[in-house]
Amino acid sequence: MPSIAKPAATHPSLQRNQLGLTIRDYEGSMSTLCAGCGHDSITAAIVRALWEVSMHPHMLAKMSGIGCSSKTPAYFVNGAHGFNSAHGRMPPIATGASAANRGLTYIGISGDGDSLSIGLGHMCHAIRRNVKMVYLIENNGVYGLTKGQFSASADVGSKSKRGEPNQTLPIDPVMLALSIGATFVARSFSGDKEQLVPILKAAIAHRGFALIDIISPCVTFNDHSGSTKSYLYTRQHEIKATEADFVPPEKPILAAISPSGITAVTMHDGSILHFRSVPANYDPTDRKRVTDYLLAQQSKGEIVTGLLFVDESVGDLHEVNQAPDMPLVHVPHSKLCPGSSELERLQQEFR
Amino acid sequence: MRTGVNDFALKLANVNGTGSASANGLLMQAIFRMGIPVSGKNLFPSNIQGLPTWYEIRVNKDGYTARALDYDLMVAMNAQTYAQDIREVRSGGYAMYDSSWPLDRSLAREDIHFLPVPLAQLCNEHFRDPRERILMKNIAYAGALVAALEIDMAIVEELLAERFSGKKAMRESNRQALRLGYEYAEQNFNCPLPFRLEKMDANDGKILIDGNTATALGCLYAGATVAAWYPITPATSVMDAFRQFCAKYRRDKETGRNNYLIIQAEDELAAIGMVIGACWNGARAFTSTSGPGISLMNELLGLAYYSEIPAVVIDVQRVGPSTGMPTRTQQADLMECAYASHGDTKHILLLPANPAECFDFAVKSFDLAEKFQTPVIMLSDLDIGMNDWVAPRLTWDDSYQPDRGRVLSAEDLERTPKFYRYSDEDENHVAPRSLAGVHEKGAYVTRGSGHNKLGGYTETPSEYQQVVDRLAKKQKSAANYVPLPKIARRAEARFGVITIGGCEPAVEEALDILAEREIPADYLRIRGFPFHKSIEAFLYEHEFCFVVEQNRDAQLRSLLILETCVPKDRVRSVLAYGGFPLSAKNVVDGILHQLEK
Repeated sequence: MPSIAKPAATHPSLQRNQLGLTIRDYEGSMSTLCAGCGHDSITAAIVRALWEVSMHPHMLAKMSGIGCSSKTPAYFVNGAHGFNSAHGRMPPIATGASAANRGLTYIGISGDGDSLSIGLGHMCHAIRRNVKMVYLIENNGVYGLTKGQFSASADVGSKSKRGEPNQTLPIDPVMLALSIGATFVARSFSGDKEQLVPILKAAIAHRGFALIDIISPCVTFNDHSGSTKSYLYTRQHEIKATEADFVPPEKPILAAISPSGITAVTMHDGSILHFRSVPANYDPTDRKRVTDYLLAQQSKGEIVTGLLFVDESVGDLHEVNQAPDMPLVHVPHSKLCPGSSELERLQQEFR
Repeated sequence: MRTGVNDFALKLANVNGTGSASANGLLMQAIFRMGIPVSGKNLFPSNIQGLPTWYEIRVNKDGYTARALDYDLMVAMNAQTYAQDIREVRSGGYAMYDSSWPLDRSLAREDIHFLPVPLAQLCNEHFRDPRERILMKNIAYAGALVAALEIDMAIVEELLAERFSGKKAMRESNRQALRLGYEYAEQNFNCPLPFRLEKMDANDGKILIDGNTATALGCLYAGATVAAWYPITPATSVMDAFRQFCAKYRRDKETGRNNYLIIQAEDELAAIGMVIGACWNGARAFTSTSGPGISLMNELLGLAYYSEIPAVVIDVQRVGPSTGMPTRTQQADLMECAYASHGDTKHILLLPANPAECFDFAVKSFDLAEKFQTPVIMLSDLDIGMNDWVAPRLTWDDSYQPDRGRVLSAEDLERTPKFYRYSDEDENHVAPRSLAGVHEKGAYVTRGSGHNKLGGYTETPSEYQQVVDRLAKKQKSAANYVPLPKIARRAEARFGVITIGGCEPAVEEALDILAEREIPADYLRIRGFPFHKSIEAFLYEHEFCFVVEQNRDAQLRSLLILETCVPKDRVRSVLAYGGFPLSAKNVVDGILHQLEK
């Protein structure tokens, strides 16, 4: 993950958030990805979302595996710890990190190789455990660092740069996540920051595991005609299921918005999510109907984007395990060790 | 032939899943409470019900409790294995069997005594429930043994009362079955047998405990808060015990919240990943596994080694390779653990020999992992982990403070002009680390990819080498912090004998036997890796040394040759790796055979 530091100059007129920080305080090192890479747009959306929610930089933990996408934690929030781990293993590492310190906000960045092939099982189990984290799949359908092999998300018939069609069925992370009980499922497009920023903000507020699958074209290996993960193809086939507005908890909730076509979901932290559903009767809280709708659109070759499903009723890893509010890493040893007299007493049973 | 008091070996041949473990454990426990040195070895199959299983009890007033290979008394309860079991009885010994059915004539032996007890018949007459009839046969033979060996009946009754407190009917059935066997033996045999038991006080201040329970207690006392694991024999009971202890001691009485989080992972790759994630965040975390799990963990052990994250791995070894024999013991993960992962990697290993050391070394594992910011693997094995051992009472020093290693506080970071993760090393070549959530100035990207001493990405040869060279030195420094070898010298020793782990009782007994035959030898048991300099010194002190270990490839010997300068021809091997705990006979024969050459 090579990186180049950015110049530190900040324009005095830059807007400040509640912490008094400008958007530049949420930036990282200069990206070394290819010019025009979709991942860089996602990084920009992450920077924007974190600035907007006034995240304390040092209370963020940036987790990743291996791949082009996994390099990106270096490109945002320099003031946060990052962990660029091993290929496919980010979900368990993030799970362990969260287990130890629930006080941090976890954002995991991965790609389709990381999440849908080598680490597919890990991702599924992190979903099952409802680990409280934002989980991004920067999905481009190819392996970039190894020069353009198809990934598990490549559609049948989608052509490689050399013109060979993919013949293996794809794994759709959205359908997969819905089928195993994911509590927050979204799909977006790297070229659509307007859509992505509110989804990211809602994901941060979500009670558990928030999956965001982001089509992020690979300009070097998968942006040609015949590819189903190119900018052009995605723009031509995208339909937006919802438009989400995120209302942080401290802002008064405006009741003035017309109730017709709007679904309000109260997030675990008290914030409100307003959905404007584009297709009539789209209910992002009804798993079955969401699944049916997505399957129907998929068969028409359409890519549905938006915050597709949310369920705030399920406890996360910590709640299920009745963990204390205090992060386990802060519980003093004196509270963890029963001491010598208890050891003496216990051993009376060992005879 | 052994006769007299408190010196014999007993083997019980059963069918697994029939409740024999309960009766066998009862006998072992009763002998322990009589104050007599005793060991129990469970030789069980990887199966739930229906396959042969054996339990061996050795009683020895002088404290030799390694596995015996000749049996004074066989309790043959499994028709499938009658032939083998009766063959194993030493000449002049005894075989007890269920005489509800006649014994095949071909099994007759002139040189041993048969003790027929119609166990099934007795139980069928006295119990109605079919399941109870099967279960109680075990307690009935235990009753016959109480009479034959003069086991203290009052102690056995006391044990039944403890086991079945609150279950009156069960207790009554057990007492009745016990009496059935006892009375039958009293009336029909010449009780006691020529070898029998007599109370001693050798177990004062001692406990009966298996290594996995002791390990779990060590993790509890060390302050582990996060544990991740994937079920695997023979390590499962580590986490079972940890969970039970946590439920008892870690639940906040006021809030009802748990000061621990145990995660049953999807596989061992995930288990070690979770441990690394938790330790990266500053918690004490561990996983328990066995050889196949270590194989899967190799990848991330390299990540933790290279990015310098503590992790504690408990490896309860079993027979490999592959699935191998999951319920049999071996010491064959040594090499794999020492250098686990691709690239240049070396780890810290702790090598306990008994449950008391499992407790102490588990605590030590966390201290060393955090002090050296690296994985520590504690290698126990099935024999230590799953068998009950007579061990000295565990002790705890209330002044213990966890060694958290070099972790920078918010104040430290505030004072630091600029934090660089892999700089400012101390005398042990350890650089201070910062934890997430403490201070913005501590932020950095942890990476398994090439990095320089500032923590930045690098592909520059000199920068890369600088970091990995420090890691080698750091690992070497740990030699001064792992438990020192245990050394016992004899006057006029002709050679040295080196061993590890659960071989100890057999090797110590073997050295006494050899000394009686005027072949005195010095003893050294390695308890940690990297090797302390006293180990190399011991090797050079002797013209040659035998290395006794339980694996085919002489892994400890290889490790000694790799990690010290000792010439190959000064280190010889005595190996036993069939899967059963070591016996003194294996060692004596192995050494004598080579001395005669």
